[in-house]
Amino acid sequence: MLDPVTASRLQFAVTTIVHIIFPVMSMGLAPFLIYFTWKDIRSGEPIYEQLRRFWTKIFAISFVVGTVTGIVLEFEFGTNFAVFSTAAGELFGGPLAFEGMMAFMLEATFLGIFVFGRERVGNALYMISAVAVGIGTWLSAVWILIANSWMQTPRGYELVTQNGQQVVRLTEPMAAYLNPRFLWMFVHMQNAAVESVALVMAGLGAYFVFRHYVWGYPIEQVDFWERTLKIALVVLLITAPLQVVQGDLYARHVYETQPQKFAAMEAIWETDSYVPEYLIAFPTSVEDLLDPRAKDIFGIGIPGGASWLASGGNPEATIRGLEEFEGPQPPVALVFWSFRIMVALGFWFILLAVWGGYRWWRGELLEDDLLHKALMASTPLGILAVHLGWIVTEVGRQPWIIQGVMKTSEGVSTTLSSAEATASLAGFAFVYSLLLVLYVYVIVRIVRDGPPAVSDLTHADRQEPSPSEVGVDD
Amino acid sequence: MTDGWLASGPLFGLPLPDLWFGLVFFIFGTFLFLDGFDFGAGLLFATRADEQEREQFLAAIGPFWDGNEVWLVVFGGALFAAFPAVYANLFSRHYLLMFAILGALIVRGLAPEMYEQRHDDRWQRWWGRAFVVGSIAAPFFLGMFTANWLVGATTTITLPAVVVGLTVVALTVVDGVAFLRLKTRGDVRADLRTAGYQSLVAYLVLVVVTLGYVYVGVPALRAQLLSPLVVALVAATLLFAVVYAAATRFDRYYVAFAAAAGLVYTLVSLVASLMYPQVDPAVALTVETAIVSTIPLNIMSIGAALLLPLVFVYFIVLYSAFSGPIEAGESY
Ligand code: HDD
Ligand code: HEM
Ligand code: HEM
Repeated sequence: MLDPVTASRLQFAVTTIVHIIFPVMSMGLAPFLIYFTWKDIRSGEPIYEQLRRFWTKIFAISFVVGTVTGIVLEFEFGTNFAVFSTAAGELFGGPLAFEGMMAFMLEATFLGIFVFGRERVGNALYMISAVAVGIGTWLSAVWILIANSWMQTPRGYELVTQNGQQVVRLTEPMAAYLNPRFLWMFVHMQNAAVESVALVMAGLGAYFVFRHYVWGYPIEQVDFWERTLKIALVVLLITAPLQVVQGDLYARHVYETQPQKFAAMEAIWETDSYVPEYLIAFPTSVEDLLDPRAKDIFGIGIPGGASWLASGGNPEATIRGLEEFEGPQPPVALVFWSFRIMVALGFWFILLAVWGGYRWWRGELLEDDLLHKALMASTPLGILAVHLGWIVTEVGRQPWIIQGVMKTSEGVSTTLSSAEATASLAGFAFVYSLLLVLYVYVIVRIVRDGPPAVSDLTHADRQEPSPSEVGVDD
Repeated sequence: MTDGWLASGPLFGLPLPDLWFGLVFFIFGTFLFLDGFDFGAGLLFATRADEQEREQFLAAIGPFWDGNEVWLVVFGGALFAAFPAVYANLFSRHYLLMFAILGALIVRGLAPEMYEQRHDDRWQRWWGRAFVVGSIAAPFFLGMFTANWLVGATTTITLPAVVVGLTVVALTVVDGVAFLRLKTRGDVRADLRTAGYQSLVAYLVLVVVTLGYVYVGVPALRAQLLSPLVVALVAATLLFAVVYAAATRFDRYYVAFAAAAGLVYTLVSLVASLMYPQVDPAVALTVETAIVSTIPLNIMSIGAALLLPLVFVYFIVLYSAFSGPIEAGESY
């Protein structure tokens, strides 16, 4: 039986890690779908209708699973982190309410039209629906990230005592909502979502292109996949470098605002100058593994690298190590490795984009089977990088639930028993795993069925549907 | 800071805490009315054996249920924003019940999507069952939650909880019948009439039992129960029931649907007026003690005043795009 604190943390981790997959898919797909819908309406070329219809199916299932997994998260703040919710309610409740009223309402209503209503509405309303759904998904990220970034860099509040408990009182809404972390996080997250979806598209496109051109299977809709691959490569060429450049600046901001997290990301124990950027690092003894403040580690690194990153170009800058911080430390190994792998993936995606772009430019895109294999293997890696980034963000913030204000262990509901917490954790671990399996199963089926055949398309020079087609009330 | 005017007191001197109390229940009622017909359609799904009719039921709720369910998310958000201590206390106190509700909603939301993925019998039988179970369990647990909230219960399974759970299930069927009669034609439409009468009677009986229980079993609420407002709400319930029955009899589909809405909002108003001025009776939190401080209250009020009217526009656009009965070829 786990204690309520551990069980609640694990439960939150499991449920968000599963949830984030679906918003990444829907936020990342949104700009593609707006583009496909626009081109479909304007040009009437069959390929755009195919693209729109195929990727809308994937969007719809992502959205449904995102909804059912997301509602649990919102309620978890109240059920599992009641003390935190009471204390931070003034800052936290507002953004969640805004998210609901401003974002989810927009998305969920226009989604009905976008997914089911092509035959029922005219072009203009259909286009508006596509844009409304897209804006809705991105607005939900705005609000949820306002809530989260405030937990990282709290501003615009004062602490007061209410009913015997310390609570946070909102004093300057603009300073709190537009806290220093927010914009960094929003840009990094949204670009990550688009990049991850581009990788999914490129991977699927490469798979069919590979089967057709390398293995010689007849794939009926190979043009569709070739176009998918090319669109994905263009988007990857833009997003992959942007992610790395912006991420590098972002790391500097993290050093300035959360030095303890940065020290964990870089596994720096002692405050020092000319700190290397470790590529790998291991404790040299078993005790050191268990004591996160141990000093002796074996590492291979780039001399001055971490100082350079934190200071913005000065390899001799001094960095504060974990030894400077009193009390519990974040689990260094998890944060360190998650950060390493995320960064490595970031560079790998640039390589993929450049490699693909080069082959395409030379007119050899369809022949390079090694490239195809690399793209196929990278299909889920964008989403993996998102997970790792969130682990850096959230686990690196420990022991704080609100940086410098409240400890995670103090935020958990006091009425919660070990038995309840463990039971719900087991239940959610099971249900969420099942959801993930079903999601993948459905996606595989959609991909296997492929895009609608050209003969099934509604006509390119589509007219406004006439009343007799729509069916009027009897 | 420029935030001075936000901090100086409630906007325009309005009684904002009370308005938010009303708004939270209004949002809850809207959820219960809109998602209620989805739940009702889920239960009625079990009563149809014909594959085509079942598909029709799914197609009827397909474009709507997601938007309807968002009202629950907004209910959570509004409660969190306006009365954070209530959000925290109430949800953590009914820990397992909350997750039962969420579990039921997961099953209900996923099932139709899955049902349509494959067209073999076994698959559809199981997902069909899951859909029915989720659609019954969700309102039942929601009813339990509401009853426990109102009477300030600290345990989960109580007698009023079970009775109110059943009451809400019956009400969703009343609602579901009205909705499906708008969306279907022919035999199904005629058949549904019986289900409408039955569920209406069940609902009225259960309401009487609930009120009787409150009168006998919850002395704290006895005085409230006889207040003019509560008596008027009970009378309104009877009136809406008569209108519903008559409209169902004479095939006035929209009137019946409106009467179902009346029943739902009346029930929720009844709960709210019995509870007021408390917001979480179990820990004696009142509207005045639980409300957030002035600045966030003012911001949320501006936000809600601007956004909720827009939300109604979205719903009107959606419902008018899909008005009228399901067409033969239309599937989920
Ligand atoms: C496609 C996914 C992806 C890729 C390739 C990268 N990141 Fe990232 N990263 C994320 C996706 C992500 C994220 C979306 O998962 C996070 C979690 C929170 C956030 O704002 O973005 C994140 C967090 C995150 C943080 C922690 C911020 C915090 O604690 O608030 C830092 C410092 C970086 N990233 C830096 C980088 C660098 C230097 C990268 C490459 C060289 C990089 N990221 C590539
Ligand atoms: C969707 C992407 C996210 C992922 C993958 C994620 C992941 C995690 C993980 C792994 C933990 C456990 C950390 C630990 O206890 O050691 C955690 C905790 C937590 N996260 Fe997140 N998180 C995400 C987004 C958010 C957002 C947007 C918020 C707030 C709006 C949030 C609020 C919290 C809270 C309150 C906890 C519990 C307290 C704590 O352990 O710090 N998370 N999250
Ligand atoms: C950990 C805190 C989080 C909470 C409490 C939360 C809450 C929710 C809720 C309640 C829903 C369902 C809304 C509906 O009914 O339509 C949802 C869906 C969604 N969430 Fe989250 N979420 C969290 C993390 C995130 C993060 C980090 C992002 C993105 C940056 C995100 C983006 C979305 C999006 C775009 C949707 C729409 C559904 C979809 O597209 O899959 N969420 N979330």
